[in-house]
Amino acid sequence: MATRRFFPPLRTLITTRSVTYMPRPGDGTPRPVTLIPGDGIGPLVTNAVEQVMEAMHAPVYFEKYEVHGDMKRVPLQVLDSIRKNKVCLKGGLKTPVGGGVSSLNVQLRKELDLYASLVNCFNLPGLPTRHENVDIVVVRENTEGEYSGLEHEVVPGVVESLKVMTKFCSERIAKYAFEYAYLNNRKKVTAVHKANIMKLADGLFLESCREVATKYPSIKYNEIIVDNCCMQLVSKPEQFDVMVTPNLYGNLVANTAAGIAGGTGVMPGGNVGAQHAVFEQGASAGNVGKEKIMKQKTANPVALLLSSAMMLRHLQFPSFADRLESAVKRVISEGKYRTKDLGGNSTTQEVVDAVIANLD
Amino acid sequence: MATHLLRRVLGSRSSQILSATNPNPNSALTVARAYSVDTTPIRATLFPGDGIGPEIAESVKKVFTEADVHIDWEEHYVGTEVDPRTQSFLTWESLESVRRNKIGLKGPMATPIGKGHRSLNLTLRKELNLYANVRPCYSLPGYKTRYDNVDLVTIRENTEGEYSGLEHQVVRGVVESLKIITRQASLRVAEYAFHYAKAHGRERVSAIHKANIMQKTDGLFLKVFLFLMIKYRLLDCKSMLPCINFGLVYLQCCREVAEKYPEIKYEEVVIDNCCMMLVKNPALFDVLVMPNLYGDIISDLCAGLIGGLGLTPSCNIGEGGIALAEAVHGSAPDIAGKNMANPTALLLSAVTMLRHLELHDKADRIQDAILKTIAEGKYRTADLGGSSTTTDFTKAICDHL
Repeated sequence: MATRRFFPPLRTLITTRSVTYMPRPGDGTPRPVTLIPGDGIGPLVTNAVEQVMEAMHAPVYFEKYEVHGDMKRVPLQVLDSIRKNKVCLKGGLKTPVGGGVSSLNVQLRKELDLYASLVNCFNLPGLPTRHENVDIVVVRENTEGEYSGLEHEVVPGVVESLKVMTKFCSERIAKYAFEYAYLNNRKKVTAVHKANIMKLADGLFLESCREVATKYPSIKYNEIIVDNCCMQLVSKPEQFDVMVTPNLYGNLVANTAAGIAGGTGVMPGGNVGAQHAVFEQGASAGNVGKEKIMKQKTANPVALLLSSAMMLRHLQFPSFADRLESAVKRVISEGKYRTKDLGGNSTTQEVVDAVIANLD
Repeated sequence: MATHLLRRVLGSRSSQILSATNPNPNSALTVARAYSVDTTPIRATLFPGDGIGPEIAESVKKVFTEADVHIDWEEHYVGTEVDPRTQSFLTWESLESVRRNKIGLKGPMATPIGKGHRSLNLTLRKELNLYANVRPCYSLPGYKTRYDNVDLVTIRENTEGEYSGLEHQVVRGVVESLKIITRQASLRVAEYAFHYAKAHGRERVSAIHKANIMQKTDGLFLKVFLFLMIKYRLLDCKSMLPCINFGLVYLQCCREVAEKYPEIKYEEVVIDNCCMMLVKNPALFDVLVMPNLYGDIISDLCAGLIGGLGLTPSCNIGEGGIALAEAVHGSAPDIAGKNMANPTALLLSAVTMLRHLELHDKADRIQDAILKTIAEGKYRTADLGGSSTTTDFTKAICDHL
């Protein structure tokens, strides 16, 4: 008993930290958030978030809409709801391969002009991985590049796909990346490119990054070719800080980074534009999981829980975000309740219960 | 006359390999080949390259001599002036040499900076029609990296896709870049991948794609695969059922054929998921086949898994059975001439060259010697944390033969 007094548990240490956030009157009003449970494991993990939010009495309430990957378009009322609420939380939407249906995940990004995708890949304390000291933020251009969707068959057996890069989009993503680095006290921004081959397209991207970099003298800027980047990621990931990338490379780099830091099941992320923000599982947002995981209800809710912590911070509820984050981290570092992808055998509900029990 | 005949037999050898048959051990061809191997040296083109290139090429020559592999190396160097026939520093004679010998080995080359000429690699690729880049990646026993149990092969389409070089500015500030996928090129790389899997006793081929976004281009890449599956009658199509949406007839065929020939499994993996799986558990993959850009990225990522480009062999396959093995690392001008370079990548590339020539026992011998030397850890070059010189390391390999 005596030792306990001298070494207070972690929990009390965290809660006694003083918060110097002075809200404006009325800042505590509950905010509406659009919720899209999505396909596959989506409903399972979004439900986990709902439960935890309720247990925390977080000042948000959800407007739930059913959207599925096999729909032709995102329903208008859903878009309206997001436009009104400005913030959305979403599970994965399944993308059929080669079915003539364009990905709804991509559609949503384009429709709402969510031009920046952000994935934070970091080691969670207590979760052993191959690499240590990984803390990478991948800022990915989300609206153009290889995802333009412009494809045609020139003659039978020959297909062309257009990669479109614009100065406008390259510039705004570069600005966002540097702004993010500046606001979050990050030290370095790395631009990922393949300008040795795509001299014009990726050249334009690099040019924009260089211009923006000159405005942030306190942040180091460097460039890396995408193939070398992936090789460096699997050998020395600790050298990277913030990375800014065109669309496709960002997809690959974010997934690689997520893989080395513990898997897509624990990486938070979101998409943000000038007006709106959609929070989802950071990497592999289009991956809705296997049927088996869905049936056994063993999907990992950690990624979306951490994403919703990001959302709370975005809504300017920093202390709620801190509470949620530290509860999740505590559950991970205790190691008692982990889903299969992290080497445990807990169900989603068991992890959620553990998180709720760890809330202070 | 006799040598001339033999040369022709040798020449047709590669096309015979490509036609993917199990060569009858008693066939006249095999006998002729065996004969030619033991007595007449095989002619091969050697580009020692720049920087550390000559040193590590010397090491290859030495190991080959010790291992009784008789290869008559035709050495070619990069010229000092642009050859107008190739628009590059590589001379027409060098290219002719590879075309004639159908086999070659290339050290690292530094493309001189400047305008008005093509890059050396691009010249080789285009002129020799090198359509597939094959990189076997395996963990070297005894050399610890963060990943073990890596044993996979990446096969990259090398001629089209994002590397078409077709770009233009539409209006100020808007640039378009074309990615081109053709049925012909997809077919031949896929065909080679399955041939490779079968010839090397591999069990599974994974096609890496992003067809959920690039539905037509990468979709074509996938369709070609389905076509091949049926042709080769080797598919396990259960795993791909959800992906097929062009005709139940195909499906029906696939199912029937799959039950008969379960020898090579086929699967499709979306590239982002592939990246994630590779770094979480590289043992999940066997043979990966990819369009150009994805191949570029994934093959370098895989090289990173086993310890970098200095340890990764690579071989380019061209039309008509041409094979050009190469070391893909840089020419390291800072340590050139200091006897410090690590020849492993070029040595292992030379081993893949031998395998292409179907000299499997010699290839095994040399490969084992290299692996043993590295595993033993007594002689290692500086990049692997040792202090041996190139010559010591080479000598150690020769001793292990």
